Amino acid sequence: MPSVNRPLSPHLQVYRPQLTSILSISHRLMGLALSVGTVFLVWQLVAAASGPAEYATFQGLAGSWLGLLLLVGWSFALFYHLANGIRHLVWDAGYGFDLATTYRSGQIVVVAAIALTVIAWIVALGIWGGR
Amino acid sequence: MNDPHMRTPLGRVYGLGSARDGAGAWWGMRLSSIALVPLSLWWVIAIIAHAGADYAEFRHWVASPVPAILLILTLGVTCYHLAHGVQEVVEDYVHTEAAKIAILIAVKFGAVVLAVAGIFSVLRIAFGS
Repeated sequence: MPSVNRPLSPHLQVYRPQLTSILSISHRLMGLALSVGTVFLVWQLVAAASGPAEYATFQGLAGSWLGLLLLVGWSFALFYHLANGIRHLVWDAGYGFDLATTYRSGQIVVVAAIALTVIAWIVALGIWGGR
Repeated sequence: MNDPHMRTPLGRVYGLGSARDGAGAWWGMRLSSIALVPLSLWWVIAIIAHAGADYAEFRHWVASPVPAILLILTLGVTCYHLAHGVQEVVEDYVHTEAAKIAILIAVKFGAVVLAVAGIFSVLRIAFGS
């Protein structure tokens, strides 16, 4: 039970979902996902510093289809959080608050996150193919 | 981070706010966000490019001066940003005081452990096993 006796935000269930609210909660969810992703990337560094056997253990997961899926997800979460984070910084500077601009910037964030993820992986597959 | 000039005199007297130093926390989050725009962009591209790298290849990359410096900067700023970002979420959704404080302590400790483990590993690889 809440220990404070007053209305506590946010109430995710009581509002009709809109692009703005979906992007807002997604920003937090992607941030949490990125935090988990950071644990994996630090694991990779610790494994690489520890020795070949430890690195092989890491590669066992990272090299699997699940590892690749996690990496694609991490990259999308990062591109999304980055694009929407820039949107937040623009708001912090005092711009883009009217409704039309808020929706427009939201659409740009979604398109940018998807486009950057696709481009990054096309380039990556090119690099891997060239090896 | 706790620059008193970030707050109004009245706000300082009241001593209220999310964690009694909201203005400093807000500014710290903005600074780390700005730093992470170039750093995280470099990071995601570098990580994807080295995803298939074997042990020697990965270590060779981490040991090069520019990647090592950027990795250390990225790890430090990311762990700061991560700790404060997760803190915001916890403060908004965990309404039981004891659980909230316990999770916040765990998040802070975890973020410091992540940063130290990551940065130490980069330095160890860079300066030779």
